[in-house]
Amino acid sequence: MKTVFLKAVLALALLASPAAFAAGGKKPERVPLPTIQVNKDRGEQCVEPTDVMRRNHMQFILHQRDETMHRGIRTVKHSLKNCINCHADPKTHSVLGKDGFCESCHRYASVSIDCFSCHSAEREARSAEPAAATGPRALKAAAKGTKP
Amino acid sequence: MNINRRQFLALGGAAAAATLAPGLRLIELAQARSPEEAAAAAHRWGLLIDANKCADGCTACVDACFTENGVTGHGRPATDAQWIRKVTLKDKQTGQVQSLPLMCQHCEHPPCVDVCPTGASFKRIDGIVLVDKHICIGCRYCMMACPYKARSFIHEDTTGQKAHAPRGKGTVESCTLCVHKVDRGDGTTACAEACRQAGHQAILFGDLKDPASEISKRLATQPSQQLRADLKLNTGIRYQGL
Amino acid sequence: MSHVTYLKLEGKTFGFWMLLAVLAGVVAVGLGAALYMEHNGHWVTGMNNQIVWGTPHVFAVFLIVAASGALNVASIASVFGRQLYKPLSRLSGLLAVALLVGGLMVLVLDLGRPDRLTVAMTYYNFKSIFAWNIILYIGFIVVVAVYLWMMFERRFNEYSKPAGLAAFLWRLILTTGTGSIFGFLVAREAYSSALLAPMFIILSFAYGLAIFILVLMSAVAWSGRTLGDVTLNRLKNLLGVFVASVLYFVVVYHLTNLYMTGKHDVERFILLDGGVYTRMFWIGQILIGGVLPLVLLFSPLSRSRGMIVLAALLVVLGGLAQMYVTIIGGQAFPMPLFPDKIVSSSFADGVVAQYAPSLPEVLLGVGGIAIALLLTAYAIRVLPFLPQSLADADVDPHHGQG
Repeated sequence: MKTVFLKAVLALALLASPAAFAAGGKKPERVPLPTIQVNKDRGEQCVEPTDVMRRNHMQFILHQRDETMHRGIRTVKHSLKNCINCHADPKTHSVLGKDGFCESCHRYASVSIDCFSCHSAEREARSAEPAAATGPRALKAAAKGTKP
Repeated sequence: MNINRRQFLALGGAAAAATLAPGLRLIELAQARSPEEAAAAAHRWGLLIDANKCADGCTACVDACFTENGVTGHGRPATDAQWIRKVTLKDKQTGQVQSLPLMCQHCEHPPCVDVCPTGASFKRIDGIVLVDKHICIGCRYCMMACPYKARSFIHEDTTGQKAHAPRGKGTVESCTLCVHKVDRGDGTTACAEACRQAGHQAILFGDLKDPASEISKRLATQPSQQLRADLKLNTGIRYQGL
Repeated sequence: MSHVTYLKLEGKTFGFWMLLAVLAGVVAVGLGAALYMEHNGHWVTGMNNQIVWGTPHVFAVFLIVAASGALNVASIASVFGRQLYKPLSRLSGLLAVALLVGGLMVLVLDLGRPDRLTVAMTYYNFKSIFAWNIILYIGFIVVVAVYLWMMFERRFNEYSKPAGLAAFLWRLILTTGTGSIFGFLVAREAYSSALLAPMFIILSFAYGLAIFILVLMSAVAWSGRTLGDVTLNRLKNLLGVFVASVLYFVVVYHLTNLYMTGKHDVERFILLDGGVYTRMFWIGQILIGGVLPLVLLFSPLSRSRGMIVLAALLVVLGGLAQMYVTIIGGQAFPMPLFPDKIVSSSFADGVVAQYAPSLPEVLLGVGGIAIALLLTAYAIRVLPFLPQSLADADVDPHHGQG
């Protein structure tokens, strides 16, 4: 009986411990909220609507990587390079870093990104591509075969 | 309008040139695949290397490959990656010396593809053998299996990768036949281009399945060999002058 | 058939907890070494682009081969009906699983991307013998677990025979697969042989039984049980037969290679001027792993239990040496890219590759052995794996078919 009582007290104490933090009326601010700097200096909007991207960007990346790797299809729309070229921080030229487009959200959500152990997180040099060559307008024009 | 013969011929010549010129450009563009198009089985990309033209001590191809693909060294020759290397051969009987570049042979029946447990090592439909580093677990079995010791393992954290050539710690890599250049329609690899610019022209890139390509014509008219031909792997890299 | 009583190890002594603590400590150090290698990358190890499989693989392959061999004792009882070995079946099954877990741990932790283990279990290239091995290893654990269950639960005992047969066949296929990892490689002179698969099976017999004898004798001695001479002599003679069989396979392998002029270079390398590999072969594999144990096991010296323990230990050491020569020596020998030429390059073409075992690799390998022993030691305390007594009087003197 004594051991059962002791175990019950310990269990309750363990469960109640978070309350000790909340007692002060303050949330534990260990992880900074993400700063979502989208860096939209390439075009008007992303290749997909924001809410679609938010939920499904990993599916696009996953699908694209297999298409590119195994079939040689290098569609610009969902290519990782294209994402980075657009979303890279104008100062650091990277999507990583404390305020990096990819890293700030991923760090907050505690989802580790595997991409950048191999892929460069930095935007390609501007001179390599003319401006707006990969924005939505340019892609539409390329599909039609006309000039943007 | 009154024109004489000379003027007519000049006009006609100019008109013909104006008609043909964009057409020639279009043929070039037609060979460049659009990004949406998949690689096609109608092609098989390969190299023809003439060992007689390869210069001893020249490393233009190696330097170009390493620059193009961001293959950086860390001052540790045992573990640093080498996608291509110059090999010096000295005949045991005659003492004759020659050199040649050696890289992934892009076999038709690659042992590395057979042994990869996850299928990360694979052959693309147009003959280029690649490592899908997304699913490579770094077991190095393909390195055990490669008859040409073409593969390298990345032994440390890597930064500063080229955007077109991702490479990272814990995965295996090898010569990609500059697949990013091939898909873009450049019509050559970094090593072949560098050798041409160095004046040796020992490396020729081309489509082995296209009988009109220069590589096919040379292979059809001159003797050539595969390395370790007894293994019957039907390599995409052929050598002359061995 | 006399009824066998199995008892859990009491496991309350200071000595037992010390043993667990020491083993756990070694495992922790091994895991730390793996973390160090994974975090920094493999440049901190002795492995490089020429020798891609090093000391961890020596230990891992040894443990995996020994694991399938450790099941032998149980198979002899269940499949071949030798009642003398029946009381040993449970420990045999346990040791098989524990050794396999140890070997797999070392193998997985040495991967370049161990975090991609789930990728390895979901993306399959069925032409790869390595992929088949992954299925075989996981399946082995399941099959042996079921086999043990059939042996433990009284009402299922009649099913222990078919379960034992399934486990026996599975482990033969598994060891064939392990040997074929090397046998299927056309690229390297030292491999590329159909002989490697059956050779690995015979190696498993020897290594597995040696470790089984060591574990059995320790467990029995330290728990105050009796191990009679009848059982022990059977086991020691069996080990001697297996060691002799291993030597036979080694002789056939090298003799065949020596008959082919094309293979003379690699044979000269292993047998004559390969430096450390030649020493490992003659002193480690042949002398320590073969000749000395045979002398100890078949001469009157074997009347001493200490000599039997020594013989088993020598077999284990010789086995590690054999794995070193096979795995590392096989990679060190240069590949015959240009047969009639002296080759040199910046990538160690034409020269014997350099390799020296590094501390993290050795610690990881030893950690694998430790976890196998830790699992075994703890399991025999939790469940009744050990027979209460293996004294001659308690063991059935009629032992089945003679």
